[in-house]
Amino acid sequence: MIGNLDLTTLQQIWWILVAVIGSLFLFLNFVQGGQTLLWQVAKTDQEKGLVINSLGRKWELTFTTLVLFGGALFASFPLFYATSFGGAYWVWMLILFTFIIQAVSYEYRKKPANLLGAKVYEIFLFINGSVGILLIGAAIGTFFTGSNFTLNQFNQVSWTHPLLGMEAAFSLFNLSLGLFLVFNARVLGSMYLLNNVDCTIAPDLEQRLRKACLTNLVCALPFLLYVLGSLLLMKGFGLDESGVVSIVSGKYLANLLAMPVVLIFLLAGLVLVVWGVILTSFLGGYRGIWFGGLGTVLVGLAVFFTAGFNNTPFYPSKVDLQSSLSIYNASSSHYTLTVMTYVAIMIPFVLAYIIYVWKLMDARKIGAEDLNDPKAY
Amino acid sequence: MVEIDLGLVNWSRAQFALTALYHWLFVPLTLGLSFLCAFFESIYVKTGKEEWRYLTRFWMTLFGINFAIGVATGIILEFQFGTNWSNYSWMVGDIFGAPLAVEGIFAFFLEATFFAVMFFGWDRVSKNFHLFSTWMVAVGSNLSALWILVANGWMQNPVGMAFNPETVRFEMQNFWEILLSPVAIAKFTHTTSSSFLVGITFVIAISSWYLLRGRHIEMAKKSILVASVFGIFALALTAMTGDESAHSNASTQPMKLAAYEGLWDGEQKAGIVAFGILNPAKRPGDDSDPFLFEVKIPYLLSLMANRSFDSFVPGINDLVFGNEKQGIVGAGKMMVRGSAALTDLTAYKDARTIGDAAAAETALTKFKQNQDYLGYAYFDKPEDIVPPVQTTFYAFHIMVFLATFFAFIFIAYLLYGMKDTIARKRWLLPFGIASFFLALTASEAGWIVAEVGRQPWAIQGLMPVSVATSNLAKGNVMATFWMFAGLFTVLLLAEIRIMLWQIKKGPEGE
Repeated sequence: MIGNLDLTTLQQIWWILVAVIGSLFLFLNFVQGGQTLLWQVAKTDQEKGLVINSLGRKWELTFTTLVLFGGALFASFPLFYATSFGGAYWVWMLILFTFIIQAVSYEYRKKPANLLGAKVYEIFLFINGSVGILLIGAAIGTFFTGSNFTLNQFNQVSWTHPLLGMEAAFSLFNLSLGLFLVFNARVLGSMYLLNNVDCTIAPDLEQRLRKACLTNLVCALPFLLYVLGSLLLMKGFGLDESGVVSIVSGKYLANLLAMPVVLIFLLAGLVLVVWGVILTSFLGGYRGIWFGGLGTVLVGLAVFFTAGFNNTPFYPSKVDLQSSLSIYNASSSHYTLTVMTYVAIMIPFVLAYIIYVWKLMDARKIGAEDLNDPKAY
Repeated sequence: MVEIDLGLVNWSRAQFALTALYHWLFVPLTLGLSFLCAFFESIYVKTGKEEWRYLTRFWMTLFGINFAIGVATGIILEFQFGTNWSNYSWMVGDIFGAPLAVEGIFAFFLEATFFAVMFFGWDRVSKNFHLFSTWMVAVGSNLSALWILVANGWMQNPVGMAFNPETVRFEMQNFWEILLSPVAIAKFTHTTSSSFLVGITFVIAISSWYLLRGRHIEMAKKSILVASVFGIFALALTAMTGDESAHSNASTQPMKLAAYEGLWDGEQKAGIVAFGILNPAKRPGDDSDPFLFEVKIPYLLSLMANRSFDSFVPGINDLVFGNEKQGIVGAGKMMVRGSAALTDLTAYKDARTIGDAAAAETALTKFKQNQDYLGYAYFDKPEDIVPPVQTTFYAFHIMVFLATFFAFIFIAYLLYGMKDTIARKRWLLPFGIASFFLALTASEAGWIVAEVGRQPWAIQGLMPVSVATSNLAKGNVMATFWMFAGLFTVLLLAEIRIMLWQIKKGPEGE
């Protein structure tokens, strides 16, 4: 059945799947956002405990989604996986390092004899939530600003910039996207914690979270506006019918206009995030995370779709336009995409059990008894 | 293709070896202990006795400490194929990426989702759902092993694919052939069953320590009983699957088999060297004695390799230089054909670039005659196909020796455990403590056999490691090597200290 679909359709299906996984990751970055809020919103040991234990029940989902994002890209667009990871070496290595230090921090922070002390593990969590997300944003930014690589006739990559990927962080656009994601993660983090923690035992924490939600949106706005403004005005990379890549003025604006659904995703997503913040900071609500989360997913989808659809190479090369990667020249074979699409039929089941367990586990908010559990983080 | 920088290749290999060996300190413990936790909790749910609950929670605490660092050291392995082996990732990504993605979808989310229930769900979900979650963590962990080992099995014996000169890569032709390849199955079953031994000896070691100290005696005895029963089964499975792995090596990776058996010149009725000291000066093609000292059991190698006492098992020299009598083509001839294939492939790509269809067609036809030998184009001399014999040989023999030792340990622990006299066998308990460290050693040694023994190939017969790396300056890989070495060592020290503190503290609620 799926095997009868043509290659182009499969490539598009997989770009949508990659976009969904990536966008869910951006939503699940509420964990990273919460990590950077720790000092700001939690002043007492109890408040810290509530924040850490609330995030500690979710961090693995975010982490696993990142791993799946890598795996899905490898399986569906192996040339991107090989080119970007092998070329932009340092940006990916540093991102990975921030996730390595995150993975031990929840479990080890409060354990006796943990060698480094609780403070260091908290710093690890902060680095993951700030540097890690900033660099991920910068890496996503290169979907629009381009990278410095060439491919030879055997499709082997040579990176032409001596910083091997770190140069991405020195572009104002990429940096702004990264900072927007960092602040947006903090907005999501504060909304998630309000929803998940039993605030009746920590009224000060609640006040600070509500305030943080608003201030972080205010911090995110200039970066968001800069990114959006640039995106609409900047020259982009376009693909003609014979696969030749060229610089096209107003390419991303044209993409949004050519794909109204994507434009609606973008606008609706931003409205939902703002509504989540209003609900949280002005109306005393606890459910802002669901609006902010859905909004973030929609914005994420809009970003990925703008980058990869409508004859746009999603991983352009600034130094050799014809080395640019599109979903058409970077993908797996028809057979592999077919197999993987059958596998992807399982994703709704996976989502279903994650949601079921999430609801089951979060039926009662994180409270004092959770901090007294010997297994508490 | 790109210039080969041996410094880069070796640092890339060193980094992969370092991160894989670190990761593998924690994974087998996760694989084994997750099932033991599931057994313990099943007994608790079945009997309703609180002491089993405390026991389960105690082992779960240690499981969690180990799990965290396993996750931390694991993420780099998923991405390292891209960062450090990007040519490999492109050449075989069409095949190799799939199991990694499937692993994420099918296995990692099971672990991530149910881990939170297993740890924090005791008072939030029903007893049965909690037990189900613990089982799901065990199943998820072992499923992730399945997929990554299918991927590894494919590297050892590439099946279900074909080379596409158009895209200059290998492409998947048959998913089932890859999943159900006998090498993949042998790899999965041998790796998981031997990993159970690490989890089992972990429980035995800590319980033995408690018995020697006269603490938590009831918990220790219960744990030992469950662990040693599981141990007998797991060891039997490990032995069977180990034999199967060696048997499959004979047909798919004869060089690896020859290296770990120390067989330089092939023979009929070949024997197994039960114990031996290699002659370090031995080189391919020379007349020196391969062993300084050896104890050999006749016929066994022929039997294991080909299931027949008088069959011929090729040695290292036969594979390097060829053996006409046995119909073995030497590496030298394959190198000639490989070079021809590479020349024709380059001519094909050049002709396509300038749009010369006729020349492209001719080059492609010629290429197809030799394409199976493409990987051999990158060697300088036939001897290059020989892996480090000493490392492979000793790692293999250490692994097998230790497996024999575990048989004695499990039988003794089971016997005395059933008679309820284990606490009094003070002479035995130190061996029980040692067994965990020996099991880890055996497990790491097994990986060394598997991975060093298949050198110089990244993909057996198709792609040498020297052309698989990313195109980076060596200094970058050196820098990340030392970063990983430093960070992982610090995390390991933290883990050990936390673990020891928890072990000293013992179970809650007693």
